[in-house]
Amino acid sequence: MSEISRRDALRRIALALTAAGFVDRVSAQEVHQMASKAATADGGRYQPKALSLRDYQTLERLTDLIIPVENGAPGAVAAGAARWIDMLASENGELKDIYTSGLAWLDAAMKQRGAADFLSAPPADQTAMLDLIAYRRNQSAELAPGIRFFTWVRRMTVDAFYTSEIGIRDIDYRGNTGLLSYPEPVEAIAFALKKSGL
Amino acid sequence: MAQVVKSPAAHDVVIIGSGAGGGTVTKVLADLGVSVLLLEAGPMLNPADLKEHMWPYDVPHRGVGPKGEGYFGRSPFTYGATYGGAQIEGEPYTVAPGSDFSWFRSRILGGRTNHYGRVTLRFADYDFKPKSRDGLGVDWPISYEDIAPYYDKAENFIGVTGTREGIRSAPDGIFNPPAPLRAHDVLVQRACAKLGIRAVPARQAVTTVARNGRPPCHYCGQCGRGCKTASNYASSYVQIFPAIQTGRVQVVTNAMARELMTDEAGKVVAISYIDKTTGSEKQVRCRTVVLAASACESARLLLNSKSSRHPQGLANSSGKVGRYLMDTVGYSAGAFIPALSGMPRYNSDGYGSHLYVPWWLWDKKDLGFPRGYHIEVGGGYGMPGIGSFTGIVNRTEGYGVAIKQAIRDEYGASVGLSGRGEMIPNEQCSCEIDPEVKDRWGIPVLRFHWAWSDHELNQVRHMQATFHDILETMGAKVAAPTDVGGRPPISRGGAIIHEVGTIRMGDDRESSVLNKYCQAHDVKNLFVADAAPFVGNPDKNPTHTIVALAWRTAEYLAEEMRKGNV
Repeated sequence: MSEISRRDALRRIALALTAAGFVDRVSAQEVHQMASKAATADGGRYQPKALSLRDYQTLERLTDLIIPVENGAPGAVAAGAARWIDMLASENGELKDIYTSGLAWLDAAMKQRGAADFLSAPPADQTAMLDLIAYRRNQSAELAPGIRFFTWVRRMTVDAFYTSEIGIRDIDYRGNTGLLSYPEPVEAIAFALKKSGL
Repeated sequence: MAQVVKSPAAHDVVIIGSGAGGGTVTKVLADLGVSVLLLEAGPMLNPADLKEHMWPYDVPHRGVGPKGEGYFGRSPFTYGATYGGAQIEGEPYTVAPGSDFSWFRSRILGGRTNHYGRVTLRFADYDFKPKSRDGLGVDWPISYEDIAPYYDKAENFIGVTGTREGIRSAPDGIFNPPAPLRAHDVLVQRACAKLGIRAVPARQAVTTVARNGRPPCHYCGQCGRGCKTASNYASSYVQIFPAIQTGRVQVVTNAMARELMTDEAGKVVAISYIDKTTGSEKQVRCRTVVLAASACESARLLLNSKSSRHPQGLANSSGKVGRYLMDTVGYSAGAFIPALSGMPRYNSDGYGSHLYVPWWLWDKKDLGFPRGYHIEVGGGYGMPGIGSFTGIVNRTEGYGVAIKQAIRDEYGASVGLSGRGEMIPNEQCSCEIDPEVKDRWGIPVLRFHWAWSDHELNQVRHMQATFHDILETMGAKVAAPTDVGGRPPISRGGAIIHEVGTIRMGDDRESSVLNKYCQAHDVKNLFVADAAPFVGNPDKNPTHTIVALAWRTAEYLAEEMRKGNV
C-alpha cells in the first residue's frame, strides 16, 4: 500500500472513530492491521515461506504481468498477491506442488527457448511465453502443464488483488457501509433502462 | 460408560435446538411466564464474532478458507459467514447407494437463522390442501386460517419487508416498507412484465423501522454474516437473548441430545445428552419436551429413543418417523446483461434481495408438472470476494490490463435468477438410522435415501425455459437450456437446505406422527417445533412457517400445561 493511501485510510478511520465516539471491533482490527502493514512495508523484504526466493520472485513477476500497474494505479505486486499465494502454499501441500512444479515447468520451457530462466528473460520473451500459456486455444501436449499452471496463477492473482484494499478501491466497490436510508439509484436505473430499451 | 449425571429437578419444558423453531418456542413461552431449559448442540453465539462489516483482507485467507481449502472444493468461499456445513468433524451421516443427498447442519445458538437468506413468505391457502386440489401429496390437518394469526404475530415481531399485492399464491402480510429497487431489479421487473410475469418487492426478514429495541436496517448488504444491530431476524439475537432477560430461560450449550427417556406410561421424563465439552453423558428431567433440532435431527432423536416399549423408536407407532423427507427444487441461471455495463456507479448493497417473482401460474393446470415455484433475483456490485471474477477471467483469458477491463465491464452487470419450487413428497425420500455408523459421541447416525421424481424434473425444465426468456428479454445472450447427464440440472437433494417433513402432522395416527398442534399422537408431552411436522413443502421458503407453527405450538403447550393436560 502506498504511503498516501495508507494515511488516507487511517484518517478515514480516525474520523469515523471521532464521529462515533467509540472504537468498534472491526475498525480497531483495521487500525491494528494497517499499523502492522506499515511496519512490514518499511521493514523491507518479505521472506517467502513456501517457495524458494527465486521461485517467489518469478511468481511476483507473473502477478505483475497479470495485474500490472495501470496509469499509475497500483497492481498485484503492491497488493501483495505473491505473498498471499506463498502464505497459502505454505499451509497447503497440494497448492505448494502446483506452484513449485508449475514454476519449474516455466523455467524449463524458457530454457528450451534459449533463456536462463523466466525471471531473467527480457520482458518481450516473458510475454511471448504468456501469449502461449494464457490461452486454451494453444492447448498441446507440450503446453498443457503451462496452461494449467497459468490458469491457477491468474485465478489466484485476480482473487488476491480484488480482495485487497487496493483492488477493492480499484474496482470502486462502494458498499459495506452503514446508511440511514437506502437511496433509489435514479441515475443508474435511467442509464440501464435507456440502454436496454425496456 | 461414564456415570450419568442427572439433574435434580424436572424442568417444565425442555427445548432441544435453538433455531427458528426452538427460538420461537423459547420466546413465546418465556413471554407467557413459562420457564424453559434450552439445549443447544453448539456453543453460545457471541455477537462480537459476527463477521458483518469485515473486509476479505481482514482474514488471512481472504475467504478461501483456512489453508486455501476452498480452491479444492473442501471449504466454501466465505469468511465466517456460516457456522457448520454438510461436513462436521466427528458427526457424519451416510447416504444409501444410488441416492444423493447433502445435509447442512449448524451447531451454534440460533443455528442456521444466523446466516440464512431471510426470505419470508407465507404459504398460500391452497398450499395446505394439496391433495384436495390435485390429488398429490397429503392435506395438512390445519388450514391457512389456522396459521394466519401466527404469521401476523411473527411479522409484527420480526419485521418483514414487502408490499400488499393481492396475489393468491403469495398472501399479503404485515409488512414494513421495502427498500427501493436497484437497477438490475428494475430491468428484471420490466422484462418479466413483458412476458406477463409479475415481480414484486422482496419479502425479507429485515426490519426497516425501529422495533422492540432493534434499530432499523443500515443497508450494509452483509445479512449473511449475521447482523450486529439485530435488524434482521436470527432466533439468537432477536428471540433468545431477549428471552434470557426475562430470567425464565436457562441455556445449556454444547449439549448434544442423544435419547429421550420414557416412563411406564410412555411419557418422556428425561433427556439424555452428551456434554460435548467433557464428553460425558448427562440427563435433564422434564415435564414436557419440544424437539426443534431440525427436521432430520429431531427424527434421528426419536428413532434413537428405542426401548422395549418403543421398538421402532419413540412416537413412531405409525412407522412414519423419518419418512416423506422433502427439500426445495432448486435451479439457477445467470447472465451478463450488457445494459447494466458502464452504469453510473452506486452502492447496491441494501439487504440481499429487493425483488422477487411469486408463482404466477397458480391457476394454470396444463404445465406438465404440478404446483409451482418462485424466483429469487440476484445482482449488483457485491463486495469482491474470492472467486468473484473467476468466471469472467476464464472466459476472457489472457493477462494484463485487458482482464482488468473485462472485470470492470462485467462487475455489477450480471443478473442471477434462482428458482425455488415445490417438491411432492414421495416414498423414496427418507432418513433412517444407519445400523453400522455412530458419531464421535457414540450416537447412531442417519442414513438418507433420495430420489427426485418427474414432477420435480419437469418443473426444472419450466424454470430453464422461463429464465432463458427473462434473461434474453433483458438483452443477454444465453445458450439454449440443455440437460446435464440425461436430466435437467436440478439441485442435489438437501442442497437448498430446506429439508422438511420426517415427523409429519395429521389427523390420522396411522399415517402421521403428530396431531394438528404438533403434539405426538403417541406421547402427550412430546411436541415438535421445527420443519419436521411439515406435510408438504410448498415453493415458499420454510422459515416463516416454522416460526408461525412453533408460535402456535408454544401457545397450545402453555395452555395445555395450565389446564394440567400435560
